Amino acid sequence: MSRPSAFKSLAAAAVKGYVRDKATLFFTFFFPLMFLLVFGLIFQDTGTDKIKLGVVGDGPVISALEKTGTVEFERFDSMDAAVTKVRDGDLPGLVAQNGDKVTVRYAQSDQTRAAMVQGLVGGVVDKVNVQVTGQAPRFSVDSTNVEDQSLKGIQYITPGILSWAVAASAVFGAALTLVTWRKKQVLRRLRLAPINASTVLSARVAVTIGVAVVQAVIFVGLALLPIFGLKLSGTWYLSIPVFLLGTVAFFAIGMLVGAFAKTEDAAVGAANIVVLPMAFLSGTFFPIDNAPGWLKAVSNVFPLRHMNDGMLNFLVRGKGAEALLLPCGVLLGFTVVVGFIASRVFSWED
Amino acid sequence: MSETAAIAVDDIRKSYGDLKAVDGVSFTVAEGEFFGILGPNGAGKTTTLEIIEGLREPDSGSVTLLGRSPWPRDVELLPRIGVQLQASAFFDKLTAREQLETFAALYGVTAARAGEVLELVGLTDKAETREDKLSGGQRQRLSIACALVHEPDVVFLDEPTAALDPQARRNLWDVLRAIQERGKTIVYTTHYLDEAEILCDRVAIMDRGRILAMDPPATLVRGLDAATHVILEKGALTEAEAREFAGVEEVHTDEVSLTISTRQPAPVLAALAERGRLDGLQVRTATLEDVFLDLTGREYRA
Ligand SMILES: Nc1ncnc2c1ncn2[C@@H]1O[C@H](COP(=O)(O)OP(=O)(O)OP(=O)(O)O)[C@@H](O)[C@H]1O
Ligand SMILES: [Mg+2]
Repeated sequence: MSRPSAFKSLAAAAVKGYVRDKATLFFTFFFPLMFLLVFGLIFQDTGTDKIKLGVVGDGPVISALEKTGTVEFERFDSMDAAVTKVRDGDLPGLVAQNGDKVTVRYAQSDQTRAAMVQGLVGGVVDKVNVQVTGQAPRFSVDSTNVEDQSLKGIQYITPGILSWAVAASAVFGAALTLVTWRKKQVLRRLRLAPINASTVLSARVAVTIGVAVVQAVIFVGLALLPIFGLKLSGTWYLSIPVFLLGTVAFFAIGMLVGAFAKTEDAAVGAANIVVLPMAFLSGTFFPIDNAPGWLKAVSNVFPLRHMNDGMLNFLVRGKGAEALLLPCGVLLGFTVVVGFIASRVFSWED
Repeated sequence: MSETAAIAVDDIRKSYGDLKAVDGVSFTVAEGEFFGILGPNGAGKTTTLEIIEGLREPDSGSVTLLGRSPWPRDVELLPRIGVQLQASAFFDKLTAREQLETFAALYGVTAARAGEVLELVGLTDKAETREDKLSGGQRQRLSIACALVHEPDVVFLDEPTAALDPQARRNLWDVLRAIQERGKTIVYTTHYLDEAEILCDRVAIMDRGRILAMDPPATLVRGLDAATHVILEKGALTEAEAREFAGVEEVHTDEVSLTISTRQPAPVLAALAERGRLDGLQVRTATLEDVFLDLTGREYRA
């Protein structure tokens, strides 16, 4: 350890510079985290909505209803008290069971909910009937949730915010390092040291990837907490190649920005111009599926859109390996092309 | 010179647009020599150094550094040279020790060297201070330490004593002498003519991209054949008395002093001693400043 390699020591120098800069830490971790928390909490109410039901009495139908997990019970001692609540609009409906008799009362004022209550109770009653009589039903319905539930709330926002945060810190980090190192003559000094440019570059890329991984662990870890309730799909690990390629693609974009920009201010401005529109048009904050067609088409030119989609597909939608091809191909292409242009524009000094 | 040349510069030129920053410079520096390049702002000192170091490509002319060409970048040559750039180049937010350890790693030398060079430049007590919290002079010394961490054979220092207080300057002179005693070749630039006289084996005086003169400082001064000035407190002697001494060329009085110019200081001083007028006496011989004035017709302004 007394003779660390050039790669290691350059990476260590970059990490120290990173963690000792409070503003950078803020924009890398806390700023996107605030978005995640705010959106996560907002969506928590709507996304994980359960139907409230007044309940009077007890029996197999009531227990079966409770087991569906989609209803929240409010228990009443008398039918009258419960009916009053429904009439006042505090509850969408009530269920009462007295022996074999099941009663449903609902408020017609909220028709959607009324239908949901009726359907739900009706379905449960049928199921219980089948169980009790032991008679096989003539028709059976095979229904499975495809994906839309997964696009609710935290499921949607976590991959989006993570991709955006990683993209922003990779672009800003790379651009600012390049500009400051050029301005402060560190680049010229490095040029005088017996090392390859590729060592310097790979050390910096390694640090960017390290930062991105820490971001991912923090963001996903927090979103997985019960209060936010993120559920990862079975193929979440397929998001790793998308994540890494995305990080490197944005690092390359940062290098290009840094190669053009002569001052830190110019670099920050240019990085904002690159990152902000991309964030809004790539589905970070709202689902791109709801956007008008032309916008969807435009958003396809952004690498963030593809990183976003890839992360969404594997983290929460559970798509298979065949879905890797498009995002990985696009991100790799971006890295190569942008990296090549950046290396052409690059200069050691201004 | 019998020693092998560490550096051979042959008629290098570099223009920026119409401006000839370096306009036909040639010199050699022997191994172990302490070579100074002197000149006012914009003379072309930094440009000359950077061409030798391999940071800039000359428009024409050639450079041989330790037997190799510094341009294009030669990774085998780099460990043998140490460079302190005119503007210090540090990694963001690292402490003095961390800067040196990083550079040590880039050159593949042990991290322990960091402590040694910190000691050498007298920064041991600032080892854990971050780069942005160092004073100008401390940054300067750290920058020199960074150039020395890998024990290079040839050291280039671009105005190492700029921004230093007189004490720190003197300490740095000791450091530079110590480096030279270890057999290193030093090429350095400065604005301080007095300093160059004290430190350098040879100096090149540069102005407007050209070398005007190049010799050991003493030779340059002697070659001037300039008068020695004997300065007395005003009133110690009248102008008329002074003019009667043998060898006096010129006598001049201002508010505080009387100055006698002569090329034969010995008889003048003897005459003054005879009269017991040596109180507060100063003798000023010609310096590189006079050489510069003589060469350019302009007063030296650093
Ligand atoms: N990159 C550049 N582009 C254009 N002109 C330059 C460049 N570098 C130097 N010059 C010009 O070349 C001339 C010589 O500059 P140089 O830096 O070599 O002077 P110097 O002797 O080191 O001066 P100083 O004592 O101020 O450091 C100056 O007039 C300067 O303006
Ligand atoms: Mg200079």
